[in-house]
Amino acid sequence: MTDAQTGAVLSLNNLKAGYGQTEILHDLSLHVNPNEIVAVIGPNGAGKSTAMKSVLGLLNIREGSVVLNGEEITDTPAQKVIEKGISYVPQTNNVFVNLSVQENLEMGAWTRPRGVEARIAEMYDLFPDLAEKRHQAAGSLSGGQRQMVAMAKALMVDAKILLLDEPTAGLSPKYRGEIFSTIQKIKHTGVPILIVEQNAKQALGVSDRGYVLVDGANRHTGTGEGLANDPEIARMFLGGGH
Amino acid sequence: MWDAYLFEFVNFYLIPGLVLGCIYALGAIGITLTFGILRFANFAHGEIMMSGAYITWTIMTLLGAAGIVLHPLVALPFACIFVVGLFLLCDRWFYKPFRKAETIKIVIASFGVMLIIRSAVQVIWGPNQIAFVRGISQPNAWLRDVTGDMGAMIIMPNKHLWIFAGTIVIVIALSYLLNKTRTGKAMRAVSDSPDLAHVTGINVETVIKATWIVGGICATAAGVFLVMDTQTLETTMGFRMLLPMFAAAILGGIGKPYGAVFGGLVIGLAEELSAYPWIGTAPLLSPGYKTGVAFAIMVVMLIVRPQGLFKGRAF
Ligand SMILES: Nc1ncnc2c1ncn2[C@@H]1O[C@H](COP(=O)(O)OP(=O)(O)OP(=O)(O)O)[C@@H](O)[C@H]1O
Ligand SMILES: [Mg+2]
Repeated sequence: MTDAQTGAVLSLNNLKAGYGQTEILHDLSLHVNPNEIVAVIGPNGAGKSTAMKSVLGLLNIREGSVVLNGEEITDTPAQKVIEKGISYVPQTNNVFVNLSVQENLEMGAWTRPRGVEARIAEMYDLFPDLAEKRHQAAGSLSGGQRQMVAMAKALMVDAKILLLDEPTAGLSPKYRGEIFSTIQKIKHTGVPILIVEQNAKQALGVSDRGYVLVDGANRHTGTGEGLANDPEIARMFLGGGH
Repeated sequence: MWDAYLFEFVNFYLIPGLVLGCIYALGAIGITLTFGILRFANFAHGEIMMSGAYITWTIMTLLGAAGIVLHPLVALPFACIFVVGLFLLCDRWFYKPFRKAETIKIVIASFGVMLIIRSAVQVIWGPNQIAFVRGISQPNAWLRDVTGDMGAMIIMPNKHLWIFAGTIVIVIALSYLLNKTRTGKAMRAVSDSPDLAHVTGINVETVIKATWIVGGICATAAGVFLVMDTQTLETTMGFRMLLPMFAAAILGGIGKPYGAVFGGLVIGLAEELSAYPWIGTAPLLSPGYKTGVAFAIMVVMLIVRPQGLFKGRAF
């Protein structure tokens, strides 16, 4: 067992976890420091989404720990985790399609009911496109706009860290660029980000560090730039159309 | 202005159809909310409705013995307290343990709850029908005279006016709850996606309680309105209402409260209007087949448009 990373905002330490009896994460360790964007890349089914869900208490954690700002939160139920300031955007099904944009943001604020109006106004500053759509059902928006609703909704809590699961999957290059630049803006507001991405090159480009996950365990770790230029990784993930 | 046919059509078919529709609508609201939020078809819903009517009647009888004569609508809110309590207890004892299990288990549990409640009511109040004979209800004289002067006489007893008014108030209150309050919006959010609601930090158990409260109030009102209309209390009344209420919920789209209201009105109207002599002088369908109408609408709907008119969840 390695110790929890000191000084990290969030760390996953030697996690063994899975759904019911099936173990998906075999020995996973990763951490996010203050003011960092950290990317997690890896093939389909590697356990990237599962790693994020383990933070939200959605999994059976058999061994290892999840630590937020020095406090162990292993197996804490989702509602409590969110109250503690973890802001999570799932890979799919991440907005309430029948609720308006505004109502989605209000729901995002469920665990911090004070100052909702002001926070919503901040979100409309960060995502100007959403302001004019505020009374439209989230389900009627384009994929990119939905992803922005999902991010804004997640950020309604007093976020200590933002977890993004493939925020640009299936989006046009225009929206992809917009999402990546918004991510950098969010980082500059002081919220570190853990991002899972298929668009590995672009993700590593904006990231300070990255992890390559294969079969539920770390395969490579390095700086964003270092990983992006690593020939083996390029062959594995970066060669394709991403 | 009206001829004899129109007079008969409006007063003896259309208005009773709408009255029945209001009752179905209120019952279907609870069914559709339960389905949307807890994701199961609650077979005990009709019994809850029936027990609400018995409790209302008991409150009226007890206070009546003390010389206090209550209108059913005044006793209704007090009965709601009991019924909501009953719903919450059922949830705690019979439904909550199955929350994470396959749906079929909780559906069967609701079937059991249905039998338990009906038997309990039969033990407490007896299995026989209780009829209130108060003679023919007089039509509202004011409405009759005013509309009569206009040549479109409407014959409507006060009880029907109360049922309309009560339904309108409840539907307006429901729409306020769902669109303007935090809890109501969370109910819509959970109905939309329970998983996302969970990882958004919404307290799903609180939302479930709210659902039982709303469903319980609507069901009690439906039961009381039904008794006001038919002047009889029967332990089988809830079960008889179950099919048309499900038909209404499916017609409107499962999980859609406004759809349930609309579906309820359509089913109520369809049942009554099916007995109108559309062709010749005999009723189109013998009144004995009324319930068949709801069943037919439900089956056709499930085949051609399972998501219902308001795009609810398909089975
Ligand atoms: N709810 C679940 N129950 C059981 N097994 C699951 C569940 N969700 C995912 N899995 C399994 O866990 C493994 C890892 O899935 P995960 O979704 O974490 O992969 P991923 O790296 O996010 O892949 P992708 O790039 O496709 O999103 C897969 O083998 C998958 O079949
Ligand atoms: Mg994934």
